[in-house]
Amino acid sequence: MTRIDVRKTYKLYIGGAFPRSESGHSYPVHDSLGAFVANASLASRKDARDAVSAARKAFPGWSGRTAYNRAQILYRVAEVMEDRRPQFLEAVRQFEGLSAARAEKTVDEAIDRLVWYAGWADKITQVVGNANPVAGPFFNLSTPEPTGVVAVLAPQASSLLGLVHVVAPAVVTGNTAVVVSSFERPLPAVTFAEVLATSDVPGGVVNILTGSATTIGPWLASHMDVNGIDLTGVAGDSELATALEVAAADNLKRVRRAPAAEPDWTLDPGTAAMTAFLETKTVWHPIGV
Amino acid sequence: MLGLMASSPTTDAPPTGARGQGWDYSDVTRSEATLRRFLHGLPGVDQVGADARAAALGTRSIKTTAKAFAIDLAIRMVDLTTLEGADTAGKVRALASKAMRPDPSDPTCPATAAVCVYPDMVATARRTLGTSGVHVAAVATAFPSGRAALDIKLADTRDAVEAGADEIDMVIDRGAFLSGRYLQVFEEIVAVREACARPNGPSAHLKVIFETGELQTYDNVRRASWLAMMAGGHFIKTSTGKVQPAATLPVTMIMLEAVRDFREATGQMVGVKPAGGIRTSKDAIKYLVIVNEVAGTDWLDPDWFRFGASTLLNDLLMQRTKMRTGRYSGPDYFTLD
Repeated sequence: MTRIDVRKTYKLYIGGAFPRSESGHSYPVHDSLGAFVANASLASRKDARDAVSAARKAFPGWSGRTAYNRAQILYRVAEVMEDRRPQFLEAVRQFEGLSAARAEKTVDEAIDRLVWYAGWADKITQVVGNANPVAGPFFNLSTPEPTGVVAVLAPQASSLLGLVHVVAPAVVTGNTAVVVSSFERPLPAVTFAEVLATSDVPGGVVNILTGSATTIGPWLASHMDVNGIDLTGVAGDSELATALEVAAADNLKRVRRAPAAEPDWTLDPGTAAMTAFLETKTVWHPIGV
Repeated sequence: MLGLMASSPTTDAPPTGARGQGWDYSDVTRSEATLRRFLHGLPGVDQVGADARAAALGTRSIKTTAKAFAIDLAIRMVDLTTLEGADTAGKVRALASKAMRPDPSDPTCPATAAVCVYPDMVATARRTLGTSGVHVAAVATAFPSGRAALDIKLADTRDAVEAGADEIDMVIDRGAFLSGRYLQVFEEIVAVREACARPNGPSAHLKVIFETGELQTYDNVRRASWLAMMAGGHFIKTSTGKVQPAATLPVTMIMLEAVRDFREATGQMVGVKPAGGIRTSKDAIKYLVIVNEVAGTDWLDPDWFRFGASTLLNDLLMQRTKMRTGRYSGPDYFTLD
């Protein structure tokens, strides 16, 4: 007897919970050959608003943790991803149309990149911070601080490796993130959310919305309680990217600009993705008092 | 549906023969026994039905112009409250300034109804508010527990009135109420109301706080409502904000039914004030829907309905800004308290 397919409708990930979209809308998700796979929740602007409040609420706790502890937690995420390898392999193969070997490599790289970023948590300060020489009897120290709530429009093509490349650098330094996943390929992001939910990441630190960056992007870009926005997900659409940058200027968000085309995620990303959402605090402290 | 029937106006009114405009309840409040007979003769509240009806009314969708109206009305109904041991004159002044001009960047934003403070802060609030029209409300009578001798409660009240309070929020003696000494509670409210009199001007309005979180049942809420209204309270108020649960939709709905039925019976109008736990505009709008549906439009006025709140105001202002500018606002742009 043939089994009946279990056709899931995947949900959003907001504040550590998995709610349906406030709008009640969902949309069908197809694999690279056009076959129906599952439904995903279509996030609305109100879901984005809820995600921003969840991220704001999580920010003091997350940024207040020691860098060492954030590294541990991100490393734990990588561990749990490792446990879920088959699921990620299947998703990547299905949506990105990769061969088994290529899919294997992509998942490996995603997990390795997460471990790599986990290592940066307690090292970024040494690299971009400084003890500045000043003309007076003062210690003058510059240290990087997380900027706050960061909206992340995740890459459209690379649904897992690209996702890790934009989420990990935002949160490893202490920011909290509201992520809009790839519209056509949302399921790796949903699985990633399930990994986050089971790996010590406090609720609200990463919130994942499946849906269209074109519809939700403008609300996040103009949201006065969002401190930074990563526009990687609208790569190639320079008109939209410009509009989002203009909207983001209202409260002087830190903007990571959209590239002309999605970058090659297998290359060493450097520290730019982390420093984009850091601000520098400089403290003067008198010597010998 | 059961809830609708159980809480319909006909079943709520005072006992047969006593109905109609100008019902004289002096017979009822004559003695402990008559008062108890009356209060226990009030129809019981169907708890499940009341919860269901309040929840159903809470699902109404209020959007665009109606929402803008509701938000402005809610701002005008706020009793901006600070009741902390750590209150300072500076904090009260800041709060009073905020009450007069909640959104300094927008002159069309209305002022709140009142600021609500402890009696010793009344003079400070009064000085700051001046003739702005924003009232000063003071909690009195050994707030929040109400555990003090009557003469101390009365002195507390007179103090606040003398310092210039326009409104007094008193707490009832829940111990007496729960042990069935209704006449004692009644007489206390009457005495405090007399203490609200001001020789050289209008007397302060009296709000009677039940602390519904401690009254255990909805039946008790209904009894307390009638008791306070017959004792001459101008407002009945759910909670002190110091006890959980504080204001809830069903409790407020039962109190609104009581004021509606009391007006039907006596022609006197009494206000309602939910306080504590109302933090978002969405919550506030749910309350306004219930006011409109249960008591009627006459109560949609700051003179007859108030919100006791502190954080609610910021959320109302954020929503108001969102409607004006079309983008979501953030708490960074409003004062912390």
